[in-house]
Amino acid sequence: MDTSTLPQALSRAAELAGRAASNPRWQPGLPLPLHSEIFAPAAEASGAGAALAFARQVLEGANSASLEERSVLWVQDARAIRLGGRPYRAGLPEGLRHRVVHVATKTPEDALFAMEEGLRCRDLAAVVGELAGNPRALDFTASRRLSLTAEKHGVPLLLVRLDAAADLSSARMRWQLASAPSSPPRWNVAAPGRAAWQAELFRARSHLPGEWILRDEPDRLSAQRIASPAAPDHGDLVRATGA
Amino acid sequence: MAIWCAQLALDRWRHSENCAPGEGADAAPLALIVETAHGPRVEAPNHAARAEGVTKGMMLADARTLCPALDVRPADPAGDLAFLERLAIWAQRWGPWSAIDPPDGVLVDVTAVAHLFGGEARLLADVATRCAARGLGVRSAIAPTAGAAWALAHFAVDRTILASDDDAVSRLADLPVAALRLDNDVLLVLRRLGLKRMHDLADIEEGRAGRDKLQRRFRTRRSPSANPLIRLDQLLGRVPEPLLPVVPVTMPMVQRRLMEPIRHRQLLDQVVQDLAADMARALEARGEGARRLQLGMWRVDGEVLLRDLELAAATRDAAHICRLFADRLDDVEAGFGIEMLRLRASWSEPLKLGQADLEGAAESHGTSLAACIDRLTARLGKHAVQRPVPRASHIPERAQGWQPPLEPEPVSQGELAFHTRPLKLLDRPERISVLYAAPEGYPRRFRWRGEVCEVTRVEGPERIAPEWWRERGSTRLRDYYRIEDENGRRYWIYRNGLPDDGRGGMPDWYLQGLFG
Repeated sequence: MDTSTLPQALSRAAELAGRAASNPRWQPGLPLPLHSEIFAPAAEASGAGAALAFARQVLEGANSASLEERSVLWVQDARAIRLGGRPYRAGLPEGLRHRVVHVATKTPEDALFAMEEGLRCRDLAAVVGELAGNPRALDFTASRRLSLTAEKHGVPLLLVRLDAAADLSSARMRWQLASAPSSPPRWNVAAPGRAAWQAELFRARSHLPGEWILRDEPDRLSAQRIASPAAPDHGDLVRATGA
Repeated sequence: MAIWCAQLALDRWRHSENCAPGEGADAAPLALIVETAHGPRVEAPNHAARAEGVTKGMMLADARTLCPALDVRPADPAGDLAFLERLAIWAQRWGPWSAIDPPDGVLVDVTAVAHLFGGEARLLADVATRCAARGLGVRSAIAPTAGAAWALAHFAVDRTILASDDDAVSRLADLPVAALRLDNDVLLVLRRLGLKRMHDLADIEEGRAGRDKLQRRFRTRRSPSANPLIRLDQLLGRVPEPLLPVVPVTMPMVQRRLMEPIRHRQLLDQVVQDLAADMARALEARGEGARRLQLGMWRVDGEVLLRDLELAAATRDAAHICRLFADRLDDVEAGFGIEMLRLRASWSEPLKLGQADLEGAAESHGTSLAACIDRLTARLGKHAVQRPVPRASHIPERAQGWQPPLEPEPVSQGELAFHTRPLKLLDRPERISVLYAAPEGYPRRFRWRGEVCEVTRVEGPERIAPEWWRERGSTRLRDYYRIEDENGRRYWIYRNGLPDDGRGGMPDWYLQGLFG
């Protein structure tokens, strides 16, 4: 047994290392990992916005590939709803408005249950979860459980953690996110523009960590890399808002 | 064929008293009464009472002066109607299709079935004997249209038959105009016009001009029961008369009586599994799936525990039903034991055969959306799982409604096209304190949740007026601004009112939405 599995594991590790070496930097358009975590402040909707932007490929891909559109399960616990509000249909991306199923749970335990049930469902395009703080229920075991379920059934999970500290987790990609000043729109320079986020990928299985300014363009997600020494003040800004 | 139970209320009362007409309690003068705003009124006097001069519709006080010995009982109109429904279903023994004709008649479609009973006359004789056996005094008639059959049953000799090749106009000519099933006030009008018999109306109708005159008189009467011309046309079969047939509906129901009362959860689960399997078979035989299930548990000490379950889509998968009930059975108090269980599908929908086994397939291919939503609803409750739908309103919080996820979206003429809206909306707008240069001007800086935000970019105002048809007159308009602060956080804030709108002092500011 050992002799047969060991080389397999080794080759798997080698494959992962090779993939990371060939594509060390994350860039938009890469396939979405099945379990990603996004840490964002609760006083802004940047986490949910970025989650939808990351999942855009999956959501639109499902649109063209399969005959019927698949729904998105959006799970929030009571504290997340109190801090950040509920999704608003008229503000959702155009193709997503009619296929959001919202689950409001009282406790984080119920939210974890709802997310797991959602991941088991073949008719869902993605599961978006929003949990506030660091609930005791969401420990490494629970996170591992979510990862395994997502990988078994192939439904991506985007877990938005509001005002949370980065604890142990088995998420394949973990982002620290905050809003960034938007680029001015073309017709009214004084108005706020399309969403922009300052994003730090601080743990990923097959990519190097890095920092980007992500911009939600009408048709794609664009990323502009921040070289860490070049912009020290942005780093301070993220820490200041995230705290 | 029309069957008229001339004394339905009295017949039912006699049946409940178990006495034949004119005997026992029925021998003395008696009347069934209803309570009205002006006091009790006689609804149905029996034969002895009628002989004393008591008539239907008389006040009880008047009736008592005519017949001091009059005995009264309350009438039961709802019970009569329920009985009539059962009677209509029972009457389907004579034809495939029947309708109730409130308050006291039944219509049966006997097209091409009379020969099965040996002709129309023998069919009517059969009706008379079978109804008499049930203690019902009926009058019946057969005619080509429902209206003609009704008229003959009520106003002609009992068991009249109007064949389809008879001249309906001449056969019906001598009946009073009340045979047209008209309202009382219309009958009064016709009597004042001197139109008492059907042939009076038919004669007027002969000439074109006469019909026009009648038409003009009743031109505002759209309802058939208020317009004699429509009724006449229906009677003669010139216009169709839709009737609502009675369709018997039975609920799929399975139950288990237990030899030994059960007190343990494990056994209860086993019995529920058996019931669910029985229910699945019962539903499959009908080609239906359950949408709502009710599990009743009869305890030894006489308590009945009920657990309801509603499903997002029709299903008859026993394992799925069991799994959903399993969550609902945790708080069952068995007491001294449960001796009977009953599972009813009070709402079921057609479901084609051949649905795959949800529970088994779930392991390999994942669950379907309906099953997923059922599981979520069973644990979290009905209001936890919802879908946002648009509503016709400009007020942001009212422009979005929530409904069960698998129901179709409400039909509307077109979605309102909004300017940019935030990704998330707070449940309640939160009050913020704002610094501004001018009260009507742009906000400069505000404090929300203890944090000061310096506004760098603004767009607005987008003015949303209150909905005066819904709200009080003192509601103030809202000026919405999209703003971005120096950290790039984008919010949707509004000023509730204008400083000089005369509906309160200086307007407050609120933060309502968060942009992505």
